[in-house]
Amino acid sequence: MYEVKILTGNETAAYAAMNSKVRVVAAYPITPATPVVETLSRLVEDGKMQAKFIRVESEHSAMAACIGASAAGSRAFTATSSHGLAYMHEMLHWATNARTPIVMAVANRAIGPGWNIWADLGDALSQRDTGWIQFYCSSNQEIYDTIAMAYRLAEDRKVLLPAMVCYDGFVLSHTSMPVELTKFDDFLSEYEPVWQLDAEDPFTHGNILPPEEFAELRHSIQKSHDRALKLMKKIEEEFYELYGRRTPLILDEYKTEDAEKVIVTMGAIGSEAKVAVDSLREKKIKAGLVRLKSFRPFPEKELKNLLEDKKIFVFDRAISPGSGGPLYNELKSALAFTPVKRITPRIVGVGGIDVTKRTFERALFERKIWIKEVIS
Amino acid sequence: MKLSEMEREEYVLPGNTSCHGCPSTVALRTVLKALEGNAVLVIPACCTSVYMGPFPNSAIKVPVFNTAFASAAATASGIKASFEHQGKDTEVVVWAGDGGTYDIGLQALSGAAERGEDILFICYNNEIYSNTGIQRSGATPYGAWTTTTWKGKREHKKDVSELMLAHGVPYVSTASIGYLKDLYEKVKRAREIRGFRYIEILAPCPPGWRFPMDKTIKMGKLAVESGMWILFESIEGEFRFTGVSKSIAEGRRKMKDLEEYLLSQGRFSHLTAREIAEIKKYVIKKWEKLARLVEGEVDAVTAKFYV
Repeated sequence: MYEVKILTGNETAAYAAMNSKVRVVAAYPITPATPVVETLSRLVEDGKMQAKFIRVESEHSAMAACIGASAAGSRAFTATSSHGLAYMHEMLHWATNARTPIVMAVANRAIGPGWNIWADLGDALSQRDTGWIQFYCSSNQEIYDTIAMAYRLAEDRKVLLPAMVCYDGFVLSHTSMPVELTKFDDFLSEYEPVWQLDAEDPFTHGNILPPEEFAELRHSIQKSHDRALKLMKKIEEEFYELYGRRTPLILDEYKTEDAEKVIVTMGAIGSEAKVAVDSLREKKIKAGLVRLKSFRPFPEKELKNLLEDKKIFVFDRAISPGSGGPLYNELKSALAFTPVKRITPRIVGVGGIDVTKRTFERALFERKIWIKEVIS
Repeated sequence: MKLSEMEREEYVLPGNTSCHGCPSTVALRTVLKALEGNAVLVIPACCTSVYMGPFPNSAIKVPVFNTAFASAAATASGIKASFEHQGKDTEVVVWAGDGGTYDIGLQALSGAAERGEDILFICYNNEIYSNTGIQRSGATPYGAWTTTTWKGKREHKKDVSELMLAHGVPYVSTASIGYLKDLYEKVKRAREIRGFRYIEILAPCPPGWRFPMDKTIKMGKLAVESGMWILFESIEGEFRFTGVSKSIAEGRRKMKDLEEYLLSQGRFSHLTAREIAEIKKYVIKKWEKLARLVEGEVDAVTAKFYV
């Protein structure tokens, strides 16, 4: 059996990177992702992790260094949050178009001002058009598994895209849970790059790309996202067969089959929503849950199949000002022209407001879109 | 070194899309010869991003990795880390303009220098954002016309080569397009040193500086002869003037009139006597400042406190 350790979400991410055979880390501290950087630094210094650690001077440089390392043929990793992720924005696009399969841990946090260090998925959701695969986790074990699975997916030659593994700041990043530290040796080998910079085989990467070729590149990235969805199912199955854990990549459903009212959400509050579903069922309300794990690619077909005849309540822990909840809007668009009965938006947990099972229960029966207090 | 001993292989190919009289291609040709092709180039947005030519072709015969404007030194750090992990000793070279060095690229440059990354950072400095069409940069000299300083820049340039001296990196030198043998030898020496190395090449740009395109090399010489551009080399903290600048510093050669340099360029043609005097004052101060480093008693940062 594998070692089980009591770890915070951040420590979990660091151990996952180590056991995923990451060989270059470039990172910059930011609350609440800092302990990932500290833990990795210690693992490397203690010789437990065979990697180069670049203590860069900014997140922009962290991503630039990861892109360079990946292009040179190494498995690269970083972690960040909030302003750090925003500062990386340019390089996030770069990583996608450069086809560098970097995996990054993101401890989701609000963006200021005013300074708010608490959970809010708005930082990662505002990067949705950068071309990165995006996973949102709801437990530390899931963070651990997803990082290794993300490398498998990202590095597949049918995909070749970067991936971010997101988890709510503090709620997961600083909460300790038992985590089974699977070694992944049968699942993930040393990185075998499809292409790499090599003085023996010179080529120019990323020079001027005329309109037709550029459109081809962007189209190929979209096709890679489509292929990634298909591959996710295979990777989930393979992972389950090896380690006996059902770690979803696309989505996690709970009591949806006979459900009338289905909660749809992402991230840590998805765990709380399960408790709410049980509680509602005790009250004879046929509730169910779809916790979306992959926001990019957006699994439109899978969601349609599950939700097309349900009353849906979408809980967003983020707001796209001037539009609404990002998940709500995406789902509404995916379910257009289906016989879906109702789709109702809810904005909860913004800026770190605790989301309890009572939050879900009340939100199903109140007409307020915004819930801005802790309902205990 | 004799010219005949220079590497014969060409790494910058004909048919590239540079302007006529471009100093950057000449400098890059020299640099890549000195590196004998065993290098990966990291290039942020700059003229070279354009003149290497569009995909699927390339005018550069070593691996090139294009990166975003602010990111050259950081991207190079990542490539180097990967090579070190793989046990490859390929030289990782940043080839950046003054925008990607002095301004938007400065933070990543400073970070990489402080971390002592084993990379060679080369700035080809044409004292403007030439690729976007001649806007002022932090390297643009006082008085120069640009398309964002129509009446002439009001501030003196900053000097990143001095800033690199202050970072305490093992190798810093300046070069000029006018003296390619000197540049070649400096790259060769930089190659022998491990750690962060910085070379800055003055690259007179005919369309940007407003002078005829057959005068690029001449302008590179005149800049040094007039004292406006100073050639030096600092190895492990040992500072020395080199080439023509050394002769000037040692009193063996008289500086050419600065006006000859300034007024042969359209960008300075509007200068008043007062403005020329201001530039002269700046140049003299610069020489005095650098001359103090030769003694080895004071460094660039503390100089003014002791003298």
